[in-house]
Order: sequence, then C-alpha cells, then structure tokens
Amino acid sequence: MLKDYAIFSLKNLRNRKLRSWLTMIGIFIGIAAVISLIGLGEGLRLAIMSQFGFLGPDVLGVQASGIAFAGPPGSMVATPLSDELAGKIEKINGVEAAFNRYIESSTLEFNNKQDIGIAGSAPEGENRKIFERMLNLRADEGRLLKDGDTKKAVVGNDFKKEDAFGKGIKIGDKILVNDIFFEVVGILEKKGSFIFDRIVMINEKSMIDVLGIDKKKVDVVAVKVKDQNRIVQVKEDIEKLMRRERNVEKGEEDFQVESPQQTLETLNSTLFAVTLFVYIIAGISIAVGGIGIMNTMYTSVLERTKEIGIMKSIGARNSAIFTIFFVESGLLGTVGGIIGIALGMSFAYGISFAGRYLLGSEIIQASVSPFLIIGALIFSFGLGTLFGVLPAYRASKLNPVDSLRSAK
Amino acid sequence: MKRSIIKLDNVWKIYRMGHVEVNALQGLNLDIKEGEFVALMGPSGSGKSTAVNMIGCLDVPTKGKVFLEQHDISKLSESELAQIRGRKIGFIFQQFNLVPTLAAIENVMLPMIFQGIPEEARLKKAKELLELVELEDRMRHRPSELSGGQQQRVAIARSLANNPEVILADEPTGNLDSKTGANVLDFLDKLHSEEKKTIIMVTHDANLAKAAERTEFLKDGKIVRTSNNRRSG
Repeated sequence: MLKDYAIFSLKNLRNRKLRSWLTMIGIFIGIAAVISLIGLGEGLRLAIMSQFGFLGPDVLGVQASGIAFAGPPGSMVATPLSDELAGKIEKINGVEAAFNRYIESSTLEFNNKQDIGIAGSAPEGENRKIFERMLNLRADEGRLLKDGDTKKAVVGNDFKKEDAFGKGIKIGDKILVNDIFFEVVGILEKKGSFIFDRIVMINEKSMIDVLGIDKKKVDVVAVKVKDQNRIVQVKEDIEKLMRRERNVEKGEEDFQVESPQQTLETLNSTLFAVTLFVYIIAGISIAVGGIGIMNTMYTSVLERTKEIGIMKSIGARNSAIFTIFFVESGLLGTVGGIIGIALGMSFAYGISFAGRYLLGSEIIQASVSPFLIIGALIFSFGLGTLFGVLPAYRASKLNPVDSLRSAK
Repeated sequence: MKRSIIKLDNVWKIYRMGHVEVNALQGLNLDIKEGEFVALMGPSGSGKSTAVNMIGCLDVPTKGKVFLEQHDISKLSESELAQIRGRKIGFIFQQFNLVPTLAAIENVMLPMIFQGIPEEARLKKAKELLELVELEDRMRHRPSELSGGQQQRVAIARSLANNPEVILADEPTGNLDSKTGANVLDFLDKLHSEEKKTIIMVTHDANLAKAAERTEFLKDGKIVRTSNNRRSG
C-alpha cells in the first residue's frame, strides 16, 4: 500500500518538475551549508589536533608575548626570555624538568634548491630523554640526536618525499642550514603535523655555536609537570615567578604560560562558536526551505482538490489521501537532503583539494562522518514530513462532494 | 420480489448558505432493486446532484435514512463511507474525472489500491476491464492523450474495478457527441444485460432515459413521477 502511494507521489512530483526543484532548493542549500561547513570545521579541528594533540596533558610552554596589534604576527615587540629562566622554573614545586628551546626560521638548501624551514633545538644531557618522551620522538630511519652531535641534524618525515627539494633526503645526505652544512643522521617518524614533519632538529649547542643563535634569547621554555592533576597550580606558580622576574603587574603580562591541551580546548570552543553560527544560519535556511515545502504542498492540495474528490469517490479513505500528500512532502525533503549532502560533500572536499594543490597546505581538510550524513538524511525527511503534516491533513479532510464540484 | 439494493427513505438535505437555508432534497423516496436499470431525470435545480451524492454514499442526509443493502449508512463516518462506496458503487461522471497524471491502466487500478488488492491481481483485472471497453491498445496512455469517448470508457472500466453491484452514472454522455455518447450507452446497456449490474443513470435527456427500464422524475427535491419503459416488460 505505502509503496503504491509512494509511486503515486513520485509521479506527482515528477509531473510538477520545476516546482519540485524550486521547492527543494531551499532544503538543499541549507543541508549543503551544514554538511560542507561542519565537514570543513571538523577537518580543521582534526588537523589542529594532529599538530599539537600528541603533546601530553602534563606539558606547559612559556613564551614571551608582545603587543599583538602592533603589526603582523611574528613582528611583535617582545622582551625575549632569558636563558636563566629554565633553571628557576625547574625549582618550582611540582616541576619535573624545564629546558630552553630555540626555534629559528632558517633557509634550508638541498639538491641546489632553497626553502624556508624551521630549525628547532634539542636539549642536551638529562633533559634529552624527557624532551624525547614529551614529543614522543622516534626515528623512522637512522637515529635521534645524541650529546656531542655537532653539525648533525635529524629531519622531519616530509623531507623523505620529493616535493620538498625535488629529491628525498636520505641518511648521510648533507643539507645547508643558513648556509652551513649539516649531516642528516636520522629521519623522524611521521607525526601528521606540518610543523614537526618539516622540522630540522639540531642540538642546542650546535644551534648556538654553529648557527650563532643568541643564547640569551630563548623562544620557549618547555616545562614538564610531575603530576598532570596539579598543572593549574604549577601554571600559576610559574606565572607568579615570571611576573617577578620580568617585573610586570598582574594583568599586564608580557609572557604566556600555556598548555597545548588548553590551547586545543580554547580552539575547540572557538570552533564550536563558529559551528554554532553556521548551524543557526543553516537552520534559518532550512526553516525557510521547510516553509517552502509547506507552501508547495498547500498549493498542490488546492490544485488537486478535484483529484482528491475523485479519489475519495472511488474509495480513498481520509488516511489514504493523507498518506499520499504526506509521503510527497517527505520525498521532497529527502530528495532535497540527498542533493544537499552531495553538494555539501563535493564543496567541502573540493575546497580541501584546492587548498592542498593551490596553497600546499593540509590544514584545510574535509571530514564528513557517516553520522553527519545519516543525521542529515533523517533530518531532511523529518523536515519534509513535519511541514507536510498540515497540508496533508487539510487534503484528507476535504469533503468529497465539494471537491468533486471544484473547477480544477 | 427482488432485493432492494439502495433505498432512500424520506431523505432531506438542507444546506445553509449564509443565513438562507436551501432544501435540496425534501423527502425523497427511492427504492432501487438489484439488477435494475433506472434513469433519474429532472431539470436543473431539482436536486439531482444531491440525490446522486446520497445514492453514491458521498454524503449523508440531514434527515431520513439511506440504506445500502439494508444497512443504514446515514450514521457512518467519512472513512467508512469511502470504504463502502469503493467496494459497492462504481462512479461514472459527466467530466470523466480520471486522474490526469496516471495512465489509463493506472486509473483503472486506483480503486483497487484503495481496497488493498495486491499488485498482480490489480494488473490482471485492470487489463481485463480495459479489454472489455475495447481499449487494450491504449493502456499506457494518459487521459490527455485519449478522446472523450475513450476517457469515458476508461472511467467505465474504472467503475467496474472492485466489481461493485451498483454503477452510478451521472450524465455519462453529457460531454460527448451523440455518436460516442451512444457508444458509451451501449456499454452501460451491456453491463446491465450481460454483467447483471444495477445501473442508475442521471440524465436530462429523455431519449437517453429510454434505455432504462424505469425513469424517475425529480422536481423540488422529491420524486414527482415514475414511468416504466417498454423494456421492463
């Protein structure tokens, strides 16, 4: 029975092709917006997670910060951290280790091709083990750095690929970092993070002695906390110490103490706000689309009054008439939803594809989960039926005598 | 004495139009027996259409009783009425009233869908009926692709879909030229004589009414005269 009505409804929709399409536009724009923006947002979240997500919940980073609005990022006027801070932070109760890290953007050259890359320092001595554990560093090929490695480097996994220098880097190759030769002794395991997969890691001593980085200008002090449950307390203690050291008042800090996990949470909540906004916009679009369905269905009921009369006179019960119109609006919603999902997915994946090829960045990624698809489908069907209830009810209640007499 | 199939017992139908009450039927009595061919005649405004609605179980009276096979249907709900008329009564309208989006065969199958008859049986029956009205080569045509006479024959086939006892034809030839009209009338006649259907035909054409065994004249909402035609013998 239901199948017969569905076929009948489908015929009716096909018979009013243009109107059916126009009606569905409202739905599929809304659904496409939800699918593409949520897909991209989720992709972005996963991408950001993969950048820092492997840093544990027991890690803090101390950085100098300046007046951010004074210029483009990176040009901030900031008082650098001194190289003696790490030692002081290490003495704070609850801190397992604290060490300096120098992170320098540098020119890299290999295979006669130049590129800008990031050189990062690896601490030496006892801190090396903690550092390696903190970043979960493992060699994919070769080995990690050890004390006494001068002019030796470990590089990120992406350098194995040809696209960096037209030729993959292998163990034993020599690369130029700021015009100084370094021998590659190891390649890191893939991290899925564009920072760590393209890093050139050099011992702290080489960084200062060979590359001539100013020892007194520390970029980050990495802090490992003994007990992750006490991280908030430790963070406050470090902030207190920093204020004293740098002689600033509370509220005027020219530094930041952050845990990567907290940063992620902040990012997540920002993304959530963006997502919420998208939901609201899409919700409006979908509501308008739903009212469009209702309008179309009412028009259809009016237009087919005579047909309803005919069907009733040949034995259609009210429930049969209701079902025919109800299924019809449900179909409008569902088909609109399917098109919307297809459009949204092609849009999201198209953008991420374009991002990868035009910008070479993998941060724009689309991730459309099956739940999102199924949810959108159920939702659009529900929408169609919800807005179809009233017109279908109106149709079912038409008086057979009057509707048979109607002119149409 | 033959069994009474439709009986209207002192039926009144009063419509309210604003503040004015219109008495469309004023004590209509009508008894139609199984297998009869009855013509219902009357000028416009005589209450013919309202009478058709009562006989066809499309409406219930304001006062009085309507019996279909001895069952009082005056108190039935909309849906119960729909179910009964789908099974017991086949309609043929002046304007054919086919569903425009459906092909001839689908139109014939429609009453069977509403009775929940399985697809295979539906298809078989619809084919047989279209063969009966000599439209087997037009099964897949839509109403707009058929002539008036062909459309009315599809409607005749449709009226027979659930094998009803009564065929109610409301001005069946009103929209047809005399030749195709005569052809449609022949089919009705055949249904009466060969299929033993009870036929009630509403018309304002005295010549058409002659095809029936009995003619009832309606005026001011009640029967004013009954004449038995030669065929009733």
